[in-house]
Amino acid sequence: MKQFVSHMLWVGLITGATSAYAQPVPKISSNQYNPAMSLIINGKYSQFSNDPDNYTIAGFALGEETGPGEEGFNLGESELTITANIDDLFYGSFTAALTAEDEVEVEEAYIETLGLGSGFTIKAGRFFSGIGYLNQHHAHSWDFVDQPLVYKAILGNQLGDDGVQVRWLAPTDFFLEFGVEAYRGDSFPAGNAANSGKGTSTVFFHTGADINVSHSWQAGMSFINAEAEARETGSPAESFTGDSRITAVDFVWKWAPQGNPKQTNFKLQLEYFLRQEEGTYQSNNYDADQQGYYVQTVYQYMPKWRVGLRYDALSADDPGVAFNGTALDTQGHDPERWSAMVDWSRTEFSRLRFQYSRDDASPDSDNQFYLQYFMSLGAHGAHRF
Amino acid sequence: MLRIFIVLGLSWLAFSAHAAGKLQVFTCEPEWAALVNELAGDRTAIYQATTALQDPHHIEARPSLIAKMRKADLLVCSGAGLEAGWLPLVIRQSANRNILPGQPGHFEAAMQVSRLDVPERVDRSLGDVHAQGNPHVHLDPRRVLQIAAALRDRLMMIDAGNSQYYQQRYTAFETAWRDAIKQWEAIAKPLRGVNVVVHHRDSVYLFDWLGMNIVVSLEPKPGIAPAAGYLGEVKQHLKQQPADLVVYAAYQHSRAARWISREMNIPLVKLPYTVGATPTATSLKGLFDDTLSHLLAALGQSS
Repeated sequence: MKQFVSHMLWVGLITGATSAYAQPVPKISSNQYNPAMSLIINGKYSQFSNDPDNYTIAGFALGEETGPGEEGFNLGESELTITANIDDLFYGSFTAALTAEDEVEVEEAYIETLGLGSGFTIKAGRFFSGIGYLNQHHAHSWDFVDQPLVYKAILGNQLGDDGVQVRWLAPTDFFLEFGVEAYRGDSFPAGNAANSGKGTSTVFFHTGADINVSHSWQAGMSFINAEAEARETGSPAESFTGDSRITAVDFVWKWAPQGNPKQTNFKLQLEYFLRQEEGTYQSNNYDADQQGYYVQTVYQYMPKWRVGLRYDALSADDPGVAFNGTALDTQGHDPERWSAMVDWSRTEFSRLRFQYSRDDASPDSDNQFYLQYFMSLGAHGAHRF
Repeated sequence: MLRIFIVLGLSWLAFSAHAAGKLQVFTCEPEWAALVNELAGDRTAIYQATTALQDPHHIEARPSLIAKMRKADLLVCSGAGLEAGWLPLVIRQSANRNILPGQPGHFEAAMQVSRLDVPERVDRSLGDVHAQGNPHVHLDPRRVLQIAAALRDRLMMIDAGNSQYYQQRYTAFETAWRDAIKQWEAIAKPLRGVNVVVHHRDSVYLFDWLGMNIVVSLEPKPGIAPAAGYLGEVKQHLKQQPADLVVYAAYQHSRAARWISREMNIPLVKLPYTVGATPTATSLKGLFDDTLSHLLAALGQSS
């Protein structure tokens, strides 16, 4: 009883003390519930030794906008993201991006459940697929100016479409997540919304853990099944109708001494993709495998400064003489590319970057120079691992 | 393959059943892990997301954190924007309803007390300012007690079955803590009015409690690392307005603090900042004992 009385007394004192430090009362106004807005201004200056309009990757029929971009000054890939919790069950996100062709496109517009329970999350709308590692990352969080060659060649830059995703996070001590997705099938490597607008489906899982406070890793495996109906690529357009099956593995390892990435950190990242396509290409029967990988390392050797090195390699089966002169003609060449970059960040909201790539995607080598800046205005959400 | 899944599934069930008896608590920083331990002891399984040597502003949203968050019944963090760079993403990816903002399982310590340094204007040109005020509230023992009372209420709400136990633990903690505050305030008298140079404004509450004054900060703007040019300005400033101590936290780089201490011939003090950073700061009480003994020793007065 005595204890209880003394407890009540303290509660009184604490409450009294709390009101002494009164907090300002929030004002109620109509813009109180405005969503968080984040604008990324991404400007670059590019210079290439070859004409980017004639860009090809030997043996691959490329989707739209997979080249190195325009030469000169360019504001491509700037993006505006608006996010908010819709209510206690739904979260929404909308991203509009400026393309390299100076057009505005809706990159993502989706809703996602919040705390559905039992580890389940459902996402619906237009969004980047959960396959692979880099696929879900927006351009401003890439470590290099452009996508790895394998993403350009196999996924048409990045797999994103209108659809639905279900993820399940296992109740394990380490990270283990499974996901399945169904998409309309309008985006490369599918085309023209085959199968009554259910043209693409995927299955993926990711796992990861910490080795100790300084080292952590994540690995994953993904499968994509896409149906292409008169998928047009290149110019003049070549058409493919058939099945496209992709298997991918990804691995990321990060090191930050004592778990303080702001000081120094190191990141190793690699992904491998195998694409098996079967169908009709320009009225010829086509059945061939194409594959590729990239491996990259980024090292922040002191606060604000990072250096990175990336190697890309691709190879395509020779589809036969019937395809000579088409985009699928390998010309006996296995595409590869070396890229090196250095960047400087004043804070996590601004970054300047220089990149050089020696691009042997086609038999004619291209030297590519980029100067790039990213500026993040407004709310800036956390980055994925 | 199917058999492997069955075996894995059954082991999870067994594991969950084993862990079911305990309240799963995800703590962002060591100070809150220590406080939960004081109030809930072995009735909880505590996961501590960061170590005393990590900068809690800059943590990666690692897969392991998402896995731990998935199972949490209660999240105890500083809040007020301290973990804005990683916690919201971890919460969202964990698919866990218990710990969503607004739920009883979402406890932000800094939001339970009044905060200092609430900016009149929020603009990134001012550096990493927190709109809701300075979130490093745990270095004022008076505020720690207010937070402890709020946390006790939260524990009793979430885990009503153990209410009595939490109340007992709190009462014991409170009695010991009030005695400790008296002792600390007594021995800290010589620190009143002492002028300090800080690295980051993460010890504002400590100095507010002890009546010490912050003369200047080594970071030009909160969260922006000290650069040579700015340190020159700090030096000029210190010639006009001298300081008695240069203070930095164990998780910070000591270079700038060392340099200014040497240049201006001001004693340098490394403070633990949180539980676990020094061999003696092994509990919340140990943290304050150790902090005060370092400050007093540097002032040339033995505690």
